[in-house]
Amino acid sequence: MSATTKTRTAPEGGPSTPSPASASAAARLLGDRRLPVLVTAGLFLAMYIGGLSRYQNYGFGEPQVFLNLFIDNSYLLVAAVGATFVIMSGGIDLSVGSLIGFTTMFTAWLVERQGLPLLLVIPLALGVGAFGGFLMGYVIHNFEIQPFIVTLAGLFLFRGLCLVISKESISISDSTVSSMAQTRVSLGLGELSIGAIVALVVLGAAFYVLHYTRFGRRVYAIGGNEQSALLMGLPLGGTKIAVYTVSGFCSALAGLLFMLYIQSGDPLHAVGMELDAIAAVVIGGTLLTGGSGYVLGTLFGVLVLGLIKSIIQFEGTLSSWWTKIATGVLLCAFILIQRAMTARKQT
Amino acid sequence: MSTPAVTTPSRWRALTHHHLFWPVAVLIALLLVNVPFTPDFFAIRMTDGHLYGSLVSIVLFGSPLILVAVGMTLVIATGGIDLSVGAVVAITGALTCSYISDQADQNALAGVFLAMGIGLVAAVLCGLWNGFLVARMGIQPIIATLIIMVAGRGVAQLITDGQIITINSEPYKLIGGGYWLTLPFSIFVVAAVVAVTIALTRRTALGLLVESVGGNAEASRLVGIRSMRIKIMVYMFCALCAGIAGLMISSNTSAADGNNAGLWIELDAILAVVIGGTSLLGGRFSIGGTVIGALVIQTLTTTIYTIGVPTQTNLVFKAAVVIVVCLLQSPKFRAKVFGARGRAAAPVTPAAPADAAPKMEVSR
Amino acid sequence: MAEPRPVLEMTGIVKEFPGVRALSGVDFRLFPGEIHALMGENGAGKSTLIKVLTGVHTLDGGTITLDGKTVRIGSPLEAQHAGISTVYQEVNLCPNLSVAENIFIGREPTRGGRIQWKQLRKEAAEMVDRLGLDIDVTAPLSSYPLAVQQLVAIVRSVGHGDSDGQGSGTKVLVLDEPTSSLDRDEVLELFRLMRRLRDEGVAILFVSHFLDQIYEICDRMTVLRNGTLVGEHMVADLDQVGLIELMIGKALDQLEELHEHQLRSDVGETLVKAEGLGRTGGIAPFDLEIKKGEVLGLAGLLGSGRTELARLLFGADQPDSGKVTIAGKQVSMSAPNDAIGAGVAFCSENRKTEGLVPDLTVRENIILALQASRGWTRPIPASQRDELVAKYIKALDIRPANPEARVGQLSGGNQQKVLLARWLITQPKLLILDEPTRGIDIGAKAEIQKLVVSLSEDGMSVLYIAAELEEVLRLSHTIGVLRDRKLVAQLTNGPEITTSKILETIASGEHQ
Repeated sequence: MSATTKTRTAPEGGPSTPSPASASAAARLLGDRRLPVLVTAGLFLAMYIGGLSRYQNYGFGEPQVFLNLFIDNSYLLVAAVGATFVIMSGGIDLSVGSLIGFTTMFTAWLVERQGLPLLLVIPLALGVGAFGGFLMGYVIHNFEIQPFIVTLAGLFLFRGLCLVISKESISISDSTVSSMAQTRVSLGLGELSIGAIVALVVLGAAFYVLHYTRFGRRVYAIGGNEQSALLMGLPLGGTKIAVYTVSGFCSALAGLLFMLYIQSGDPLHAVGMELDAIAAVVIGGTLLTGGSGYVLGTLFGVLVLGLIKSIIQFEGTLSSWWTKIATGVLLCAFILIQRAMTARKQT
Repeated sequence: MSTPAVTTPSRWRALTHHHLFWPVAVLIALLLVNVPFTPDFFAIRMTDGHLYGSLVSIVLFGSPLILVAVGMTLVIATGGIDLSVGAVVAITGALTCSYISDQADQNALAGVFLAMGIGLVAAVLCGLWNGFLVARMGIQPIIATLIIMVAGRGVAQLITDGQIITINSEPYKLIGGGYWLTLPFSIFVVAAVVAVTIALTRRTALGLLVESVGGNAEASRLVGIRSMRIKIMVYMFCALCAGIAGLMISSNTSAADGNNAGLWIELDAILAVVIGGTSLLGGRFSIGGTVIGALVIQTLTTTIYTIGVPTQTNLVFKAAVVIVVCLLQSPKFRAKVFGARGRAAAPVTPAAPADAAPKMEVSR
Repeated sequence: MAEPRPVLEMTGIVKEFPGVRALSGVDFRLFPGEIHALMGENGAGKSTLIKVLTGVHTLDGGTITLDGKTVRIGSPLEAQHAGISTVYQEVNLCPNLSVAENIFIGREPTRGGRIQWKQLRKEAAEMVDRLGLDIDVTAPLSSYPLAVQQLVAIVRSVGHGDSDGQGSGTKVLVLDEPTSSLDRDEVLELFRLMRRLRDEGVAILFVSHFLDQIYEICDRMTVLRNGTLVGEHMVADLDQVGLIELMIGKALDQLEELHEHQLRSDVGETLVKAEGLGRTGGIAPFDLEIKKGEVLGLAGLLGSGRTELARLLFGADQPDSGKVTIAGKQVSMSAPNDAIGAGVAFCSENRKTEGLVPDLTVRENIILALQASRGWTRPIPASQRDELVAKYIKALDIRPANPEARVGQLSGGNQQKVLLARWLITQPKLLILDEPTRGIDIGAKAEIQKLVVSLSEDGMSVLYIAAELEEVLRLSHTIGVLRDRKLVAQLTNGPEITTSKILETIASGEHQ
């Protein structure tokens, strides 16, 4: 048995070709790589304006409501940034949610039960997360096992380790944690939490890495065409392993932010958050097959998901599960847009 | 002792090379581990006309997983994957229970059958959608089925209005919690589904065509197989199996929980398929292997209970199993670890794990 | 005038694969500022030689000397650093990145770890400009057609080593079938670039199936056959007939002796009629008629469009133009199903990737086509199935004669027979055999040829493709001659048709 991946043959029959004039305009639009990000940004704007007009009297227009999007979704943003690296390289990471949950448990346990100082625990947690990601990347690259399966094992492992630490939730009463959690940085119009600021810094760093370092460009290249990247002499293995390490690191950081946000460790924290992260990345316009997208799009993806949640809160009568349904519908719409884009390129 | 000594190794080889050998060996080993801790592990006793015992409960609790895994086997054999089965389990349970709970008489057979019908039709529609995205639109299966995986739970909660709907319907209780002929009724359901699946794939040409499409898509196209239809059908069948599992789970608890019903069952099902010897790359599949794979997973859970290891380590064990099975299936890993020992180099040595690994993925 | 020193000299190159000696002591040299053609048919060792040169394969014997120094080339990367760059038929670039990035990726100019985009774009634009190309380097590569992508690949490979001091600039540029999917204007653009590089002193090794292109652009050529060197000539000194003789390996008059006639003379009425059938990038529109019981052989060099023609007749590729009539009915040919329904069967030359399902058993592979046509709901009854399978295993002498054996474990010849059995079982009207005798032993070869004759006697039409002209000549009633993706002639077999006649037709591109 060879481990070569199978190429999918084109679907039988094709979409009917539109008339030439409209085809060229549509083709040009579809060909623009920034289109998905612009669509997401536009969607966010439209939703925000819609929210403004509908809930103006309920304080939706307050700048703080907007800033709260960053505060309430800081951990998701960090996790999604990590997932962006992986997806951009053509892989997938299912261990994100478990690793977040594990980090909350791990830090809570070390701080509360073992009495270690937070400043020591933070680098330890980040190191464990990064090492977990490294291990998964190592197995994926060296043994040529599908990322899906390897990170699935990671999902089981980290959730299991959560439960091994404790079946019960550990609440954190450490004074450093609570003071950090309550710190707000004023921006004039409103304020941001430390978590939100960290998330924005991570976003900025990711943007820099992806666009201004050789490593970042290698991630794009591998996602675009792994075989070519290899033949062009790019270090395939190192890049792949690094990508999963980045994702593991981001998940651990997201776990720390989540712990800060919720001030407890719980074995069931962030169950299924890998799906939110993947959804945010896809809605943000990154191709799930890799190679195309922007980390800035991921920000908009997270903001759209966050805005759905706050609109549902403002609406009052709508229930929380509409978030999932809306996420699924958006996911579907963006997958179909992506499909249209890639189909155009193949012809 | 009359057997000539010469044939013994070859028989042993034939046995160890059977595609079910390793899954069965793992299952038996797991079962035996229980004996020192629970001496009457294999005992089955009759109480109130019902059979009880560890073996019975393993099959009983493993039933939904077997169902989902059987459907998943066919999807994986075509080279695909279906992540949405957990959500389909939740939707089916939610629809059926909410319909039954609206009935004046929850014990009325007609109402229960109609409710089950509604649930299963919804499940099949989910499968149709998945199949459409994969086969017609050409979207990667993992991505296409992600949509219902994400949205499906929301839909299930929408149906149940975010509550856990409890019902009190005796006929419905039978599927997942009742007894028939001294055995849990769900065992009969599972047996029927497995039998139907085997008949459907091996008595017709469906199995052959599925294996062909998964084994070599281009060759299948050039031989004139209409793979689009086959793929859509397989996704629908997988969703149907998940739907039946959804009925079973909600019947067992007499409740529909949109949030937790069937949570992570897709991952367990994929694991069961892999343990059962069907390669994730598609091609050859083995329904029997999958059933045993699902039983291995359930036995693992039971064993962890009985030997007194904290139950929470269950997931860690599962992770270890995934890793070991996948490493053994990886040609690169085998080359690195068992490198020097080629298959040709050890013709007499009966089946070491290195030799067994290829058989696990290429079943016959 | 003394001959200048070659930039590259390969001496006594030996490369062995398990059971095969792909190259046995080949000498090859390349001079600076020349375009050199490497010629040879399937299995001649062309691609092995290139892979040894570019570090994909390590050599088992012989030496490679570059610029007078003996070098060891262990990987493609080492080859690049040594100054040997390769551009393949499939463009190995990343379509999602910009042209400039594709030229520079892996050696982007950085300062403090930060990529200097302005500098990168400027340098890329200069490189493109210097080679006289008009390409916007900031546009994504995927926005350009394949031909331009190929030019970009060349720019990347010749630019390699110039900018970062890692290497010493490209000395040898290997172009492996770069023109196979380009149209005429695109080829001219490529040639312009090649001449420019040649004039700058780069030695270019050019592989192409198009004879006209070889004669248009190349200065010198090396011909390989069966892993050995058969000649190095100036292009101007060797005419096309001479070249083909060298490639195929027998002097013309020698070949004629092999020519025997034992074909049935009466062929029936027209079965298949193709009118103006063609596909851009595949084969130019052609007209073709195949009669009932006729064996139509296709002759032409590798890459001349033989396979492409066959695939169009089977609907494996969709035609852009023309129509096909089979037994009086027009068939749409949009998918293999249409052709199969009309009684066409196709054994691909790529047994492994396009023919067999290696995981399935011999029995399952044999009944696959018949079962596919019946649909999944109507399985072939077990007794009938086993009987059919046993019959064909016996008739074709498939070994091991075990229907339960996995097809992937059979030898090449037996795999070919399984493939034949698969289609014979469907009792097709037209059987297309694309290189059915390639890579199989001599006994199996003869059996398959005998089978073709007997099938034709039973009234089945056969479209037969083979690299060996004698094979085509021996079996065919009519011979279609292909050259450079065109069906250039159809010769009715008879005493006056000889292999030399076919060779002349291939060489000249017209029927005299």
